[in-house]
Amino acid sequence: MELLAFGKTGWGDELFYATLMTIAVSITAMLVGFFFALIFTPLKLSKYKTLNLVGNFYTTVIRGVPELLVIYLFFFGGSGAIMYVASIFGYYEYIEINAFITGSMAIGIISGAYSTEVFRGAIQSIDKGQFEAAKVLGINKFGQFYKIILPQMLRLAIPNLSNVWQITLKDTSLISVTGLVEIMRQSYIAAGSTRDPLLFYSFAAVLYLLLTYVSMKLINKLEVRYSRGY
Amino acid sequence: MDFDLMITSFPKLLGATVVTLKLLSASLFFGLFLGLFFAILRLNKNIFINKFAYGYSYIFRGTPLLVQIFIIYFGLGQIEYLRTTFLWVIFKEPYWCAIIAFTLNTGAYTSEILRSAFQTIKPGIIEAGKSLGISNKVIFYKIQIPIAIRQSLPAYGNEIILMMKGTSLASTVTLMDLTGVAKYIISTTFKPIEVFIVAGGIYLFMTFIIHNVIKYLEKKYSFQQ
Repeated sequence: MELLAFGKTGWGDELFYATLMTIAVSITAMLVGFFFALIFTPLKLSKYKTLNLVGNFYTTVIRGVPELLVIYLFFFGGSGAIMYVASIFGYYEYIEINAFITGSMAIGIISGAYSTEVFRGAIQSIDKGQFEAAKVLGINKFGQFYKIILPQMLRLAIPNLSNVWQITLKDTSLISVTGLVEIMRQSYIAAGSTRDPLLFYSFAAVLYLLLTYVSMKLINKLEVRYSRGY
Repeated sequence: MDFDLMITSFPKLLGATVVTLKLLSASLFFGLFLGLFFAILRLNKNIFINKFAYGYSYIFRGTPLLVQIFIIYFGLGQIEYLRTTFLWVIFKEPYWCAIIAFTLNTGAYTSEILRSAFQTIKPGIIEAGKSLGISNKVIFYKIQIPIAIRQSLPAYGNEIILMMKGTSLASTVTLMDLTGVAKYIISTTFKPIEVFIVAGGIYLFMTFIIHNVIKYLEKKYSFQQ
């Protein structure tokens, strides 16, 4: 048990900071995912076949390819791609992006594909009459979306978004392959230096369970809030 | 774009796909039985059995697959007692450890899928069976299970695809599956995009096949024919 203590003798404080890192990466990735969903959901719902194709390509490829492969693509290809873009602007020095940015981008793109599907489903299941009624009442486009469609959509989307959050949270464990010190990486380091992998990996499992449990509780509250009136 | 690399790496990646498919089929096969077993436990009225099955599925669904593999591969080897038993033959091989981890993981998800399928069966169907004088055992095997399988096909199809993607984690315990070989080629040639296109293409092709097989089965076993 002293191995898990805080301070110099134990790994408690290191694992605590690693847990914070996991939370930070998950939240960043989720937000990056929302950003991608914001772009690709309208594409998937568009009347134009070409835009549909682009949207479908994104969600199909990301959801059909293992997360680890996407992470490797970003890990090995990330700085190359940035350097290529920089070279167009006449900057030829070596650029290294940090593991946090690579990791949350990679997980964010994966989480974005799932979020896109959730938003698409939610918008499609809103009654058509709602759109028409908003239009008839002379509400402007902005008001239509933010005051009428979005609140109804969120009620339908939140239960599924909580699944996306769980997937994202668990996917962050894969970033450990890039060397970012989150729960999994820290446990790997601790297990290596103390030769006690069973303890540290089991503790990591407990930490993940704790995170999923607490976030479920919080999301349930959100769910109640957004389904008031139903 | 380095097309030569794409062409030369294709056979290597295709060879590694065999490993991926072996891992996938073995873990799905065992996972289905495990899932069915735990789904039946979940429906048990005894609260301890019920909670035990719930705890199993909660733990395996609430933690990342990577942690599960690491506990089984790196963690269990630490137990001295295990090293002396015949089980050590299994637990020292990364291949079997990966299959055990995948089986336990997919078993947890499958048990949830099957449980909800069993619960959505209308009580009228079971009552109809009873009123015809069919024994409880026959009702379970001949009525409940076929209906539950049909109900759970779409969700189980998703689970197969998720598991296929999950097998990529075998590469973290030194197995050379499709992702493992892809990573090896990327790290020796530093051409991530080309390798990603080929390896990702193979994965997408498998997803496509699984998706269509499930769709076909859904159509074949649908109630309205």
